[in-house]
Amino acid sequence: MSGRVANIVGLVVAGVVGLAVLFLGPQWFELDTVLNITVYMIMAVLALSLALIWGYGGILCFGQSAFFGLGAYTYAIAMFNLGDSTLPLALSIAVPAAFAALLGYFIFYGRISDVYLGVITLTVTLILFNSINSTAGPEFHIGVARLGGFNGIPGIPPLNMPFNKDWQVDLNGMFYLSTGSLIVVYFGLRALLASRFGRIVVGIRENERRAELLGYDPRAYKLATFTIGAALAGYAGCLFANWGAFVSPTIFGLAQSAQIIIWVIVGGRGTLIGPILGCIGIQWLTAALGANAPAATGGWAGLLGNAPLILGAILTVFVLVVPKGFVPTLADLGSRFSRPREVSA
Amino acid sequence: MSAPLIETRGLGMRFGGVQAVRDVDFTLAERELRCLIGPNGAGKSTFFKMLTGQLRPTSGHVLFRGQDISRAEPHQIARRGIGLKTQAPSVFEGLTVRENLWLSAARVSRGREAKRRVDEMLERIGLGEIASRIVGQLAHGQRQWVELGVVLSTDPDLVLLDEPAAGMTDKEAQRTVDLVREINKTKALIVVEHDMQFIMKIASRVTVFNQGAVLVEDDVKAIMRNPTVRDVYLGKQAVAA
Repeated sequence: MSGRVANIVGLVVAGVVGLAVLFLGPQWFELDTVLNITVYMIMAVLALSLALIWGYGGILCFGQSAFFGLGAYTYAIAMFNLGDSTLPLALSIAVPAAFAALLGYFIFYGRISDVYLGVITLTVTLILFNSINSTAGPEFHIGVARLGGFNGIPGIPPLNMPFNKDWQVDLNGMFYLSTGSLIVVYFGLRALLASRFGRIVVGIRENERRAELLGYDPRAYKLATFTIGAALAGYAGCLFANWGAFVSPTIFGLAQSAQIIIWVIVGGRGTLIGPILGCIGIQWLTAALGANAPAATGGWAGLLGNAPLILGAILTVFVLVVPKGFVPTLADLGSRFSRPREVSA
Repeated sequence: MSAPLIETRGLGMRFGGVQAVRDVDFTLAERELRCLIGPNGAGKSTFFKMLTGQLRPTSGHVLFRGQDISRAEPHQIARRGIGLKTQAPSVFEGLTVRENLWLSAARVSRGREAKRRVDEMLERIGLGEIASRIVGQLAHGQRQWVELGVVLSTDPDLVLLDEPAAGMTDKEAQRTVDLVREINKTKALIVVEHDMQFIMKIASRVTVFNQGAVLVEDDVKAIMRNPTVRDVYLGKQAVAA
């Protein structure tokens, strides 16, 4: 039963830490820190979307940033056209979800293997990047929203209370919304994974053929998981567009796609708390390294300030030395010291 | 005799230039127990794969309770009531024994009923003590039992067993014999097995495959005496023994 106890302890700790950050954050921190934490929380929601698809669904998707970017662009475009954020918010979730459902239908029902799934999702992301990148001219607009090409869309209006345009979400409001969203998504996913659906999804990850021979259709379960993950990524994209009031095609870029995967690898697949920690830790580290070494610094300071180099080194170390990721390795160590051989996440 | 449970008509499978299974007419009655034997490469496993939808036959048909299932997906066939225990144990390696059985029981029942089925199956296959162990960490024989439990938990009407006693100790094999007999009280079975001792113990009709086709079908004792069967299969085994 130690697995169950660890599970409950984990849930309580996650809840308490989450609520503490939520309620005390703005009192503790300066405004710029609050802004930073807000974007960490948004990215953590994005990390959770891949944690679900890859960590539990076993679907290695290189295109999570495509759904993220689609969510952000959909919100921006709809917002300029409609003014009230109620429908744009819903669309920023629905459009990526519908896109993923369509793409996933052909991938899963076409029985395309895992490797090609990675290639296809990566390609779709790059196609979106290049397409949006080449929409600089004034002729590229949807309604009144100009797509802006490489320059992106600036000045995106913020979210407002549903059906009340005058009650807009301010910077502190964005912090509460993002942190609250992360907590809700985390516990929502825990509930989903504890449900019949979630347990079957994990079974399919473990042995797709066996699940099929028992009478489950893996294609349907994978498609549903993929679509839910895309909806979450789209929602994170909407929050991101709000946070900076700006989106540009780099949101679809290779770097963004790779980052999400690194968060999950470092934090640990098959857990939810791992990718959250991986995401926040790596973003914090990237920011800290960048701040320590201005671009032109030479010598050791320059080397240590070279964020891509350090991140690459971290990724290499994790893949080679800690392939399970941070949290599962910690759990393994923990269970080695406590007697019963059970695994908890 | 009543209408057959499963029937194949002119069933064939060709991989490129190789005809793995050719023109097999096979009939099994409700609650019948049939053994399939034959040398390696005789087409037994390919035959099982066609019955369960893992391979689409290149010719002929499979009828289950009169319905053509030759073009159905594996999960659709499983839902009609065919369960397969594969040769190398196919289980959910990273999950516990209990979770393995639950995934199976949950396909046919919900909530407490699924839990009750799991407890019942743990008792039946005698794995209650290792219910919380991760299946990937168990010994081969135990994983064979887990797979048997997983297959039986969906309560199929036809159970296909591909070498159920492979890699088992004599004691474990004897338990498997008992279990096969018990299953056969309510369900039909097709058992692929190399061990003639095992087959003698479950005493049934035997279909001999050779080079992708049915060589002969008869009572187990008659099969043992059949000179052609001795030539292609048993003789070699006898020499090896």
